[in-house]
Amino acid sequence: MAPVTVSISEPAFFLPVFNQYEETNKGNHIMNFTRFTRSQVTAGLLLFSGFFASAVQAAPANVTLLNVSYDPTRELYQAENAAFTSYWKQKTGQTVTINQSHGGSGKQARAVIDGLEADVVTLALAYDIDAIADSKLIATNWQQRLPQNSTPYTSTIVFVVRKGNPKHIRSWDDLVKPGTSVITPNPKTSGGARWNYLAAWGYKQKQTGSATQAKAFVKALYKNVPVLDTGARGSTLTFTQRGLGDVLIAWENEAHLVIREFGADKFEIVAPPVSILAEPPVAIVDRNVDRHGTRKVAEAYLNYLYTPQAQEIIARNSYRPRNITVFRKYASSFPNIRLFTIRELFGTWRQAQKTHFSDGGTFDQIYAP
Amino acid sequence: MFRASPLPDKQTRTMLPFKRNRRQILPGFGLSMGYTVFYLSAIVIVPLATLVAGSFRIAPDLFVNTVTSPRVLASYRLSLSTALIAAMFNAFFGFLTAWTLVRYRFPGRKVLDALVDLPFALPTAVAGICFATLYSPVGWVGQFLGRFDIQLINAPSGIVIALIFIGFPFVVRTVQPVLAELEPEIEEAAHSLGASRWQAFRRILLPHIFPALLTGVTLSFARAIGEYGSVIFIAGNLPFRTEIAPLMIMSKLDQFDYDGAAAVALVLLLISFSMLLVLNSVQRWQEKAYR
Amino acid sequence: MQTGPNPDKTALRHRTGTSHQDPLAVRVILIFLTLLFFGGFVFLPLALVFAEGFRKGAAVYIESIREPYAIAALELTLTTAAIVVPLNAVFGVAAAWAVSKFTFRGKTFLVSLLDLPFAVSPVIAGLIFVLLLGSRTTLGSWLGEHGIKLIFSTPGIVIATLFVTFPFVARELIPLMESQGREEEEAAVTLGAKGWQVFSIVTLPNIRWGLLYGMILCMARSIGEFGAVSVVSGHIRGMTNTIPLHVEILYSEYNYAASFAVASILVFLALATIVVRSIMENALHNQQQTQF
Repeated sequence: MAPVTVSISEPAFFLPVFNQYEETNKGNHIMNFTRFTRSQVTAGLLLFSGFFASAVQAAPANVTLLNVSYDPTRELYQAENAAFTSYWKQKTGQTVTINQSHGGSGKQARAVIDGLEADVVTLALAYDIDAIADSKLIATNWQQRLPQNSTPYTSTIVFVVRKGNPKHIRSWDDLVKPGTSVITPNPKTSGGARWNYLAAWGYKQKQTGSATQAKAFVKALYKNVPVLDTGARGSTLTFTQRGLGDVLIAWENEAHLVIREFGADKFEIVAPPVSILAEPPVAIVDRNVDRHGTRKVAEAYLNYLYTPQAQEIIARNSYRPRNITVFRKYASSFPNIRLFTIRELFGTWRQAQKTHFSDGGTFDQIYAP
Repeated sequence: MFRASPLPDKQTRTMLPFKRNRRQILPGFGLSMGYTVFYLSAIVIVPLATLVAGSFRIAPDLFVNTVTSPRVLASYRLSLSTALIAAMFNAFFGFLTAWTLVRYRFPGRKVLDALVDLPFALPTAVAGICFATLYSPVGWVGQFLGRFDIQLINAPSGIVIALIFIGFPFVVRTVQPVLAELEPEIEEAAHSLGASRWQAFRRILLPHIFPALLTGVTLSFARAIGEYGSVIFIAGNLPFRTEIAPLMIMSKLDQFDYDGAAAVALVLLLISFSMLLVLNSVQRWQEKAYR
Repeated sequence: MQTGPNPDKTALRHRTGTSHQDPLAVRVILIFLTLLFFGGFVFLPLALVFAEGFRKGAAVYIESIREPYAIAALELTLTTAAIVVPLNAVFGVAAAWAVSKFTFRGKTFLVSLLDLPFAVSPVIAGLIFVLLLGSRTTLGSWLGEHGIKLIFSTPGIVIATLFVTFPFVARELIPLMESQGREEEEAAVTLGAKGWQVFSIVTLPNIRWGLLYGMILCMARSIGEFGAVSVVSGHIRGMTNTIPLHVEILYSEYNYAASFAVASILVFLALATIVVRSIMENALHNQQQTQF
């Protein structure tokens, strides 16, 4: 478009017919051309500033961390980041800015693998961090580097039902009853959904001791599922906003959030007698912190999550704190559920993933026609 | 496509691919074609080639197994059939909209005309959320439909609704200018020769508009096959029943199965591209036949 | 996608030619059907966006639009559009010139290649750039070592948007320029005009409305693109979130009022094109009257 401006100067040898044509349109011409040119200049400048702004790294006096996390933790890390920022300022005088990125756990892990420069990852399940470790961004022993399997908090899987519990849902067995509609997300695309699936499976396997019966149970349960949203939040919205389903299987913290956001007059939480101990882990992305020179502050950030102050914030956001004192303080909000671990029944996350959720796994099998 | 034509015609034989016919006197072929090919390569061809190369890395039998697994096949079938139904709807309503906008004067016509572009500007996710909310059992439309025990979302019909929305501007915007350009004299001549209104429409108007309509319908069809953002909110995403092909790609990616995702994506891409190639050939052929 | 003569002018012609005007009943039925279709597929979603946006009152609506993250997202969206639209416009003109003014073999194939981005799923569109520029690849790791960030930052969003909106201007101009033929340009060449002169003095005045229509469509699609941008964005709040991504984030935070309020910005941007187009159409009308 640029050379167009140049050619406005009228060529002398042109026949009058062209000149005339030019003249009738002159007003419009000039108006349009100046607009083009200006927008082009702006575009050029913006393009360059865009490239440079993203290429320049933060100065060391002020340090920036990027925490790549999964969907439900937005509120949690908003509070934790504020607390850590003032703690770090007090301790070192350095101002730390923590940027947040949220999304489905698997998608977030993939973004980090593909070059999203996360300093720390805080994801829904160990398998997703394992995948990052497989691409050599994180040391393979990451889960031993921080206390308690690198999980500063735990959670579990509970039910949310409509007020008054009209379908009398008390336990997992009530979910497979005919006519009960269950809302849970798609385990292929949602980390939370995998915990839901394993919780249901584990309940039956512990009760009967048989994987075959567990599989039949899960198959019956998913027969009652009318929608498989791609993420946990999607399922919550389907249940609360669209009025679909009699029961929502959800993270305990999400269940509490539903009550806070949509009112205890509309929904209530049902704690099943048995459920899974969900352990969402955290890790430093070694390659990126070394490149950014942020290892020290990133380590401090993750270790901070284990301190009593941070554990309080965790408890207030309805995650189960690891710190016993804090847990006792908030015990009333965490019903007594017998929790089994993934190691007990399914081995490592890699094994669980392969058996149940990879292509051809049990989840695919229960849907096979 | 690129091989020299076996035709005895001398002119045709000398026409090489992307080489100009020497008889033309206009300047700028080298520059414009060079830039076109360069920009096309940089933005479209090279990135897409990465996808193709990625799929070739996989062992052939694994590739075949991936794209012919029953669940993937079911998702292709669903994506193609819902896109086709939506395209048919759009052929009718897109044509109708273009017809009323061009031929009739009524209050609010200009607003309608401008709103045709809305599906482009509204993010697909917002569209998906809107339709899911509207048609849910507690939504404005869903409440009403619920009385007749009709549920449109979380079923293939929900997918069709979303696809109609994202596709119909293509049809309106291709048919509209052709309809506007149509000389009224042709129809008048037909009338004066004793043709009924319907005959004039079928014999004179429709053949004239058909190529544009075909373009619009095919573009909307091609776009619909690949649509993701709006559909996942309204489809239900149940395996074998309401799981679209782009969602299969997504779920493979979420298991870090890049190769599988690339394989499914490549097949989807080939289907779309052959659609476009057929369409453009038909259209060129039609234009030649018409002139 | 193509633009014919000004529809208003044609309409005028149709109104005067009463002999083939459809009967009133037909007109009423067809207009009613069109309105019904628009009602269900355009007005209802539009009404919902505003109803939800204003559910908590105008104060909340304004607050959510003026919030820093929303402003940052709007800036990113507009920056992206400001880069993408001119680039694709230049390309569209070049491609349309090559395709419509010359005959060559493989034209159908080339035009189909131009159409290709319409047919590529937005998810795939994002994916291919991750496959090409992601740090697992040779190119991506080379870029990474040299401190150049393309994906998961503004340039990546621009590139993905370029891809998605690639065909709009070309698709608009090709049929238009083909219908106009090449006689005028050839006459100019015979009279001694050079390449750029032919283009700027003969061709550009003929196509500028089509060009601007194409740019408007390109603009609309680039501000609304969700799928492809979502894959390459990285979702860093305040940094790599465009308006559509910001809408999704607010929605996921159960912040519906804010989410729909921000979505309505996009509706306003789309509606702004009504104004632009009306001005353009009027200008064209006046210009034609002075010309003839």
